[in-house]
Amino acid sequence: MNSMANVVVIGGGVVGSAIAYGLAKIGGRGAGVVVLDEGDDAIRASRVNFGLVWLHSKGDGMAAYGFWTRKSCDIWRQFADEIRDETGVNTHYVKSGGLNYCLSEAEFETRTEMITRMREQADNDPYEARMIDRAELQRLMPRAQFGHEVLGASFGPHDGTCSPLNLLHALHAGLKKHGADYRPNSPALEVKPLAQGFEVRTPRGTITTPKVVLAAGHGSMKLERALGFDVEIIAERGQIVVTERVADMGILPANGVRQTVEGTVIIGSTTEDVGFDTSTTPQAGATMVRRQLRVFPALAHVRAVRTWAGLRTLTRDECPVYEASEQYPGAFIATCHSGVTLAAVHAKVLADAIHRGKFTPEIGAFHGRRLK
Amino acid sequence: MSSACDFLVIGAGPAGMAAAATAAKLGVSTLVVDEQPAPGGQIYRGVEQRDANKPGVSHDDWARCAALAQEFRASGARYQPNTQVWQLEKNRKVYVSDGAKASCITAKRVLIATGAMERPLPFPGWTLPGVMTVGAAQILYKTSGWVPHAGAWIAGSGPLLWLYAAQALEAGGKFEGILDTTPKANYVHALRHGINALRAKEYLDRGMALQQSVRKSGVRIIDDVNAIEAKGDGALNRVHVHTGRHWQDMPATRLLVHQGIVPNTHTTRSLNAAHRWDKAQHAFAPVADAWGNLDAEGYAVAGDGAGIAGAEAAAVQGRLAGLEAARALGVIDAAQRDQQAMPLQAELKQHLAIRPFLDQVFAPRAGLLTPHDDVLVCRCECITAKQIREAAMLAGMGPNQVKAFTRCGMGPCQGRMCGMAATEIIAHARGVSATDIGVFNVRPPLKPLSLAELAALQAP
Amino acid sequence: MSQELITVYVEGTPVSVSPHDSAAAAALKAGLAHTRLSPVSGEPRAPYCMMGVCFECLMVIDGVPSRQACMVRVHAGMRIERQNEAKVWA
Repeated sequence: MNSMANVVVIGGGVVGSAIAYGLAKIGGRGAGVVVLDEGDDAIRASRVNFGLVWLHSKGDGMAAYGFWTRKSCDIWRQFADEIRDETGVNTHYVKSGGLNYCLSEAEFETRTEMITRMREQADNDPYEARMIDRAELQRLMPRAQFGHEVLGASFGPHDGTCSPLNLLHALHAGLKKHGADYRPNSPALEVKPLAQGFEVRTPRGTITTPKVVLAAGHGSMKLERALGFDVEIIAERGQIVVTERVADMGILPANGVRQTVEGTVIIGSTTEDVGFDTSTTPQAGATMVRRQLRVFPALAHVRAVRTWAGLRTLTRDECPVYEASEQYPGAFIATCHSGVTLAAVHAKVLADAIHRGKFTPEIGAFHGRRLK
Repeated sequence: MSSACDFLVIGAGPAGMAAAATAAKLGVSTLVVDEQPAPGGQIYRGVEQRDANKPGVSHDDWARCAALAQEFRASGARYQPNTQVWQLEKNRKVYVSDGAKASCITAKRVLIATGAMERPLPFPGWTLPGVMTVGAAQILYKTSGWVPHAGAWIAGSGPLLWLYAAQALEAGGKFEGILDTTPKANYVHALRHGINALRAKEYLDRGMALQQSVRKSGVRIIDDVNAIEAKGDGALNRVHVHTGRHWQDMPATRLLVHQGIVPNTHTTRSLNAAHRWDKAQHAFAPVADAWGNLDAEGYAVAGDGAGIAGAEAAAVQGRLAGLEAARALGVIDAAQRDQQAMPLQAELKQHLAIRPFLDQVFAPRAGLLTPHDDVLVCRCECITAKQIREAAMLAGMGPNQVKAFTRCGMGPCQGRMCGMAATEIIAHARGVSATDIGVFNVRPPLKPLSLAELAALQAP
Repeated sequence: MSQELITVYVEGTPVSVSPHDSAAAAALKAGLAHTRLSPVSGEPRAPYCMMGVCFECLMVIDGVPSRQACMVRVHAGMRIERQNEAKVWA
């Protein structure tokens, strides 16, 4: 069955869905947004996520990424409220401030160097993360019982968390609400530029469209060449461990351990180069857990209920790539590994630029040519 | 602490015991890990501790199971009880825990003999204290001699229901009545399998005798029940029963429910081994060859976990899997295996003859498979059928996206109780078959384990 | 099946049980209507399957929370308690 669309977004994960949601919202009922997604068993990084909306470690070596992330953190609250009011799905966004624990002098020093470096790099824009010692950690979290090795942490006041699964749910509900045509089990098999616009072939028919957005994570790799893109997306496995629900620990989220609104504790995460293997490994789980037990020894009796592995969609410098094709106007690519943190700017800023067909310098800074 | 063996058997029910005994007697280094404290699995639970002369025990085919347990104990197979398997890797590293420390067993062959579980069918009020399964009551009877004395109802369908009712009555138990949900039409449809079933006359005779003994006891039996609801505030106090065109309301303090048994596929699914939808048994089962081999190298399955065939068939399947393990490990050759297997295969055929008939008679009542919107389906995360339906329609795909959207299946039972119902509900809502919908992916650990246990896992 | 009975403590009350009993069976013999409260809804729950698949019998046994009471055999002096909260946090 063949059809027409005003814009086809390829990818129904958090990146594709956020852009499509933004496009559908800007365009209103007649936006003609089609979203193509894979099926139930897709390699779906969106379903394996720590749920951090995180600034303080972002942009080391690329200031523009730091600014872009800060912008997202600044508008996440408004984005979360809007989508909750529209769909009834609460993403549970909280800007709590976030930590990165240091368990030795060496770790504390390395972290201090990074924070100092980033503060200098940020020059005119205030970079507000700082190092805090154990006493201040205890003041921030009066009920927390730290292990004796906890010396301190880096602290980012703009960091926070959300429920990544609820975010995906909310985005899909938002797509429906704004009249987007979401098509599951319909992966794009081929995208062909036409004299005018594009033709997207799926197992359920071909769609003709003047505009196409490639946001399919690892799936983008096999489609991008036809549109003149050449972005390398590297699969990096990340594993997480999720526990049963426990009573409120009164802790701030940290890179590696946080408590969700439901009460489960998420422990993570690994960075492994293993290709497209999404299996979890007991040894990795044990290693991650051992570290977090050094932070919170009382977690020892809490039970792990699930382990997960997902594949991050990384570029060489781990920063996003956004491009508008020069060769085929109307074609766009968006890829990043922080789809949750950047969901707000994707839905509000990037979608707007794609709608207008023109990238601002802020977005243009993420062209992939920097990686060549 | 890590260890190694040639043949690792998971589970010590009839299939696991028979497989281990067969292989060990041929000289295969065999280890059986069992989450239970003693051999027997569910069906032969407490076999080594029970008194053959106690009332009701005769129905359990006690002599046969005691003989199998003795054979297993004497076979030379090592037995490690109270051991929970929590993850299997493709390379046959099997991760276990004794409750304090996780460890790894490396095996050349692994047999999954994790048996069956009762079909979990959500209905209104099924989470109320006072409601439990017939299988649960039978375990209490087998291990503790417990039978109900007042205010108890049995509801549902299936051979186990009648077996338990007969046992419990003989042991002095009392029931207010039995609410039989078996559709009358099932018996008519089953007649076409009647001739075949006659080849398994022993099974039929036993089944008929059990039903007759229950009916003769004078216990009230309400046939062709359409629907059941458990009522009460914080605990069961009434059962609502729908028959014909009206509801009846009965006082109750205990409701024992049963809707047949299904393969416990949690372990085989965790390997991402291929599974098929068995239309007759209305359940998923792993795809295995005649020896039980799965499409995961070096892994096999035997017993009810491969498809419901009953305890006696499970033991035979276990022996076949034990022979195949011995062959794969080079202890016997294929010709020796085939020769020893021949009488077993004939015996298995005999046991399987009754299945199409039983599957048809006790096929679950269609109306019970897709609960109403307000019924709680996921007991752990308190997710209703309505939430599942809405997420299914929004996602337009299967249970894994629905799980992500709703948390259905994310609690400690890891989808064991809600998974089949979620598949049915999604399939029904979207107008497609259960095969097209699939099931929850299984995430390790297969059972929750404490972070301390996990952290104790030593590097290889 | 003649064997000595042993004493366990269900919610602090001594109960005589067979050494073959599970902790969940001991709770039932002690007349405990429910064994835990759902950490999600707060509703009372009780053992449903007794074979380790439903996880409704999660109890605090000898001070250790979230144990499957149906999978744990009793021992003399065992303390078996309801799990009444999501989890008590130290």
